[in-house]
Amino acid sequence: MISEHLPILAVILPLVGALTVLLAGWAERRYCYPVAVAVLTIQFGLSLAILREVLRGGTIHYYLGDWAPPWGIELVVDHLSAYVLVILVFLSLLSCIYAKRSIGGEIDPQKTVAFYVMFLLLVVGVCGITVTGDIFNLYVFLEISSIAAYTLVASGREKKGLLAGFNYLIMGTISACFILIGIGHLYVVTGTLNMADLARLLPPLYDSTIIHVAFIFFIVGLSIKTALFPLHTWLPDAYSHAPSAISVLISTVISKMGIYATIRILFSVFTVGFIVDHLPILEFFAWVAAIAVIAGSVIAIAQTDLKRMLAYSSVSQMGYIMLGIGIANSVAMTGGVLHILNHALIKGCLFMVAGAIIYRVGLRKIDDFKGLAGRMPYTCAAFFIAAISMIGLPPTVGFMSKWYLTLGAIEAGEWFFVVVILASTLLNAIYFWRVLEYAYFRHADAETPELESRVPVSMLLPMLVLAAGCVVFFFAVSIPLGIIDAAVADLLGGA
Amino acid sequence: MIEDLVVAFLTRYNYYMAVIIMLIGLYAMIAKSNLIKKVIGLNIFQTAIYLFYISIADVEGGTAPILVPGTDVVYVNPLPHVLILTAIVVGVSITAVAYALAIRIYQSYGTIEEDELLELGSERR
Repeated sequence: MISEHLPILAVILPLVGALTVLLAGWAERRYCYPVAVAVLTIQFGLSLAILREVLRGGTIHYYLGDWAPPWGIELVVDHLSAYVLVILVFLSLLSCIYAKRSIGGEIDPQKTVAFYVMFLLLVVGVCGITVTGDIFNLYVFLEISSIAAYTLVASGREKKGLLAGFNYLIMGTISACFILIGIGHLYVVTGTLNMADLARLLPPLYDSTIIHVAFIFFIVGLSIKTALFPLHTWLPDAYSHAPSAISVLISTVISKMGIYATIRILFSVFTVGFIVDHLPILEFFAWVAAIAVIAGSVIAIAQTDLKRMLAYSSVSQMGYIMLGIGIANSVAMTGGVLHILNHALIKGCLFMVAGAIIYRVGLRKIDDFKGLAGRMPYTCAAFFIAAISMIGLPPTVGFMSKWYLTLGAIEAGEWFFVVVILASTLLNAIYFWRVLEYAYFRHADAETPELESRVPVSMLLPMLVLAAGCVVFFFAVSIPLGIIDAAVADLLGGA
Repeated sequence: MIEDLVVAFLTRYNYYMAVIIMLIGLYAMIAKSNLIKKVIGLNIFQTAIYLFYISIADVEGGTAPILVPGTDVVYVNPLPHVLILTAIVVGVSITAVAYALAIRIYQSYGTIEEDELLELGSERR
């Protein structure tokens, strides 16, 4: 009975959860946290159930209110959506657990209720995007999660967070408006908003200028949301000035949401036939992504602030995923889609470490990290694992996705992209090595006061889980690969 | 030649206006340094999109999409109206958040002029 309604429950549950948190917060402020964690735990179970249903029975189609598409809104969960949904909900759960202590010093206590409510609303938007099969619905959910993200970025005590939030809002809204215009253009020529219906109706219209205009609006809008290199300007400020738990959340969940929306629009609405054969846009995408990979890494090397360095590293990592999509053969796509999981694990862990260091010893500058490993052994160990995963050394997941990306590039005969991937690996090694060197091999200055430097369990646990995930999925890579293979086949075979 | 352009402009008047308004809004968002003016630009930009959607819904000689029994009536397409109703709600909430942020920025920095804010928050943006 309930298993029929799983897709819509994935949207309703966090929505009801947000209300419950609000009510709990009225009664007593400290109830918010356990309620939010409980809701996200149930949501995680739900997303696993959805994944199981998809693996067992294939794509789920759910008609809202029993209105058949294209008249009603259809929810579609295929392999890719289920895969992304599980990752995103898991990361939301971990960053919510992490938030308890980390927001203590960063957010005014009377704002905690609003914080958790916004947190869950963001999850509503994100889950909605992954399950929807309707293009206007996608816009609405994109905006729900984005508005929640703007407020959360600005929710801290740090003054610069406000400016970062405002810039993010302006950029994000321009991007959403572009997407809305694109949707309008598609509706004008096809008269439908359902993704599958659009994919069916568009091929005869590929030569229409209106479709081209719509496509360009979509690409520009989505590139701003995913912070693809030349349009990434909102990202570094938003990531580095947000409260730590929110840095974790937006660097993993929001960025993946943008990537997912891009893949959906490119492959499920416009389909391979358009983007590969008709307009050679993917080639262009791959080049932009290659520039993003290198530029993000180079700028990251120049940073002295750990969170800022990680933010620029994100710009480069988004480039990897886009590169995999841009090369668009099944191997490279597998690498790109696998990197969605990897980047979520790695960047989540790294931002959690950065937050824990700020929380405990109040340090942001990499130069101040001398001898930190002696004082925060577990935190630094997690950082170490995530860093080698980011560089792409075995036995960590980072190796697997780079392996597939490189193989895909070789298969496509794109030797330049092979060089880009390898070169950026070196650049990654440079900037992460600097942090590791300061933390492990430099001795602390003698006058450093002995601060209490034990990290609370609620912060340590999520980051260790993610660090362990980096290693576990190297050995168990066949689990995500099984899902990804089906997803990639769906995307490329849809033509 | 010029007559053709005039005719093209007049027959698709609202579409051209939507583009012009859109560009005015985009210009305000990029070029104005006052944060409030940026948000106003944002609203202008969104309004242009509303106009675009409402224009595509129109059917010549169409009437409001309320079922008239018996007679043979042409209706305008109601779906874009509904979509834009949703988009208006989104727009309103974004504006509210933006103004709230602007107020907070004013409280902490004492100004909402972007160039002054950049100086205050210097080292690097």
